[in-house]
Amino acid sequence: MQSAGVVLATAGLSLAAAVAGAAVGTRRGGTAIVYAVSLAACTIALAAALAHLLGSAEPSAVTLPLGLPWIGAHFRVDALSAFFLVVVNLGGAAASLYALGYGRHEESPGRVLPFFPAFLAGMNLVVLADDAFAFLVSWEFMSLVSWALVISHHREHENVRAGYIYLVMASFGTLALLLAFGLLAGPGGAYDFASMRAAEPTALVGSLALALVLLGAGSKAGLVPLHVWLPLAHPAAPSHVSALMSGVMTKIAIYAFVRVAFDLIGAPAWWQGMTVLSLGASSAVLGVLYALMQRDLKRLLAYSTIENVGIVFLGLGLALAFRADGLGAGAALNATGLRDIERLGGLIRRMPYTSFAFLVGCVAITGLPPLNGFASEWLTFQAILQSPDLPQWALKFSVPAAGGMLALSAALAAACFVKAFGVSFLGRPRSGAAETAREVDRFSLAAMLALAALCVGAGLVPGVILDALSPVSLSLVAERMPVQATQPWLSVIPIAEARSSYNGLLVFAFVAASAGLAALAIHRFASRAVRRAPAWDCGFPQPSPITQYTGASFSQPIRRVFGSVVFRARERVEIPPPGDPRPARIAVQLRDLVWEGLYEPIAAGVGFAAQKLNKLQFLTIRRYLSLVFVALVSLLVVLALWV
Amino acid sequence: MGLIAALLVQGGQMALVLIAAPLVVGLVRKVKARLLRRRGPSPIQPYRDLVRLARKEVVLAENASWLFRAAPYLIFAATWVAAALVPTFARGLMFSWTADLIAITALLGSARFFLALAGLDVGTGFGGIGSSREVLIASLAEPAMLLMVFSLALVAGSTQLSTVAEVMSSSAGLRVSLGLALIALVMVALAENSRIPIDNPATHLELTMVHEAMVLEYSGRHLAMVELASALKLTLYLSLIACLFAPWGLARAGAPAGAYLLGTALFAGKIAIGAVLLAVFETAIAKMRVFRVPEFLGAALMLGLLGTLLLFFSRSL
Repeated sequence: MQSAGVVLATAGLSLAAAVAGAAVGTRRGGTAIVYAVSLAACTIALAAALAHLLGSAEPSAVTLPLGLPWIGAHFRVDALSAFFLVVVNLGGAAASLYALGYGRHEESPGRVLPFFPAFLAGMNLVVLADDAFAFLVSWEFMSLVSWALVISHHREHENVRAGYIYLVMASFGTLALLLAFGLLAGPGGAYDFASMRAAEPTALVGSLALALVLLGAGSKAGLVPLHVWLPLAHPAAPSHVSALMSGVMTKIAIYAFVRVAFDLIGAPAWWQGMTVLSLGASSAVLGVLYALMQRDLKRLLAYSTIENVGIVFLGLGLALAFRADGLGAGAALNATGLRDIERLGGLIRRMPYTSFAFLVGCVAITGLPPLNGFASEWLTFQAILQSPDLPQWALKFSVPAAGGMLALSAALAAACFVKAFGVSFLGRPRSGAAETAREVDRFSLAAMLALAALCVGAGLVPGVILDALSPVSLSLVAERMPVQATQPWLSVIPIAEARSSYNGLLVFAFVAASAGLAALAIHRFASRAVRRAPAWDCGFPQPSPITQYTGASFSQPIRRVFGSVVFRARERVEIPPPGDPRPARIAVQLRDLVWEGLYEPIAAGVGFAAQKLNKLQFLTIRRYLSLVFVALVSLLVVLALWV
Repeated sequence: MGLIAALLVQGGQMALVLIAAPLVVGLVRKVKARLLRRRGPSPIQPYRDLVRLARKEVVLAENASWLFRAAPYLIFAATWVAAALVPTFARGLMFSWTADLIAITALLGSARFFLALAGLDVGTGFGGIGSSREVLIASLAEPAMLLMVFSLALVAGSTQLSTVAEVMSSSAGLRVSLGLALIALVMVALAENSRIPIDNPATHLELTMVHEAMVLEYSGRHLAMVELASALKLTLYLSLIACLFAPWGLARAGAPAGAYLLGTALFAGKIAIGAVLLAVFETAIAKMRVFRVPEFLGAALMLGLLGTLLLFFSRSL
């Protein structure tokens, strides 16, 4: 009873903050108030959701007399939504804290302040909703508010285009979800989730609804090939908002998919799992390859979001395919891969704390032990190994291939974040701005370091988190993993110790202890002298910083290996003959085949149809009347034939 | 008493890999030199090099950051922990359940991540080219390694090395998939340890600018740590191959002292054979171009995938 009410109240508080933001937006001090209120709202909602997740397993529900008069708006918190509420509000709290400092540099706060709390409220409401109507209204609210945030810097032409594409894709996604709910509600029009859950859809309706949800939620999550808007829109928003969009809104889309596919539709067929599996695997690999080709750090992170989402969907596809226990939990743990650390623009020497937080984030996203990313990746690998005895031949082919794809994307992600961190934080400053960069303010630092600490904590004791998540997987697949808290030393043992086990805490302790011991022994017994000198560089150091490796040169070998097929990458090198003073040039051409093959034909088709239909605007009144008459008669004929 | 003995065995394993690692490198160098009709340095030369490096002062580039100074210790520690988790002379060690083969692979991935970052830290061309090529090689070698792990795990029903070794020594028998996995593992091991034909550990000049180019800015004790870590990695891969494909003579947990001694002697023999084979192979083959490396590793990847697929079709293949 309480937790749903508390979270609803905080959503109301955020909405009030949004109104206040519109009122005080331009005044001094207004920024701090709005972000402080959203921080408070997120913290309260976080506490309520955590209490629900750890405490009672009983779902709590609230019905408000809003919306359609004979339906009302149903809201409900169960284990699944409580978990996603934790994700939303954790991200929201961190982003608000960050914005307390960062928001002061915003040049047009009036365009951000009203929408930021409203965005938070919208995301909370989507997770709370318990009927199709409330869900769709909240979903559309969330989309529109985030669109307003994307175009908040509207003077840049790029951002307006990004906003337009985002709006089109978001409407398309909502349309798909609307149709999916329509199918699930059936002819009786039972739009609340409880009756959808009780109803057993036929195989055809079930798979159609699943396909529609995959389209709707997948377009929001950035699943390839519905990802095109994401790398445009996410970097266009202010940094704290793009962190929310990458870190939280994509997870909301995953929530929508999980809610509908596992909870409302029910028993899936194996080929549906395979579709999700293959889409997830291709998103993971393509996302990280795109990310490697980027020069813009925010865009790189946006593509890496696509990769992450792909990995989560891969886990979900596995869960759909064989309902293995604990998989939901693995995928869910993956979803928490807190990736909001998204500030840059300096160097490790000038910004030590920021670079440390970013480094922790990189290691976590890359899935290196002992941080949280590895724990979830490890669980997914174990899931692949758990189920070789599948009855379907197609699955026998695709599951090991998906495992290979996951491994490939993990390795490429490591390359990608070596590039992201190495090129932006290490090396010599490439510009005057980088040379004089200063550490960010206290609030932003606190937010980043708190998230980094969470990444480390979640990686060290994955067993505890898995236990907290077990009601979630219990409600999803009606099975659960063995309780992990009773295992000695907090290790993770999915099936049996002789099969596989992993202990983040001990691995971390061993690595830390042996690194410390080695350093201590060497400094104590060998030498501790240090002399600073110019870089060696094989005897020919070049003083100019432009001689160092850039991001493009770093990823050149990978572009050459993978890019010639995936991006049709072409390199053109012009070297003038000796004696010619012109500089040598290299031009690289990358093509986005998804954009050219899928979106341009659709856009061209829509344009063509609009051109043709344009004639309808210039008819005489008699023609309009006859048009209406013909339409009416043909509809009646159709109806007569149908019934 | 049992606890102390178990701790001693675990400690012995950690010490053994650490002490054996430079000797393995020295042995490979010596055999290579003899094959080329040179006398070559003594096999214990790497120990002397390490001691000398550790005693020297560190010459640090002016703009090197804390990451550059911390990385050698992190790389060393991650590699050492990974190497200590591979059963050498005994299985069922006290902490062997801490991490399985997937986690060991990922620990090596962490070490490489920091090494590649350190290569970029000073901002020189050599470091950049080394890091860039290292991550290219890793991006293909890691999936190949994991697919190899998959096929082993499907045969043994476990990713836990102790259990895998037990199954392999008792009931695995000869299988096509294991043959493919062995070839894939050897190819990955050559690439991961920057051996010929992928890279040449003896030089950092143009043709082979991978590992040695990346660590070019290191000196003194930092270089000693990095060198020791790469020696540990070579030992790790040799003992991994020995533990998976020649798991004979591994002492059980709680076995009498004689079994441990026998296990250690057998381990020394297996590693020595591995080192000699590596030296012969390296002498017999030429270094390949960097852009041929993806084809080489792609073949390893396909072999691993083929092995796994075979097992998904039939558990007896």
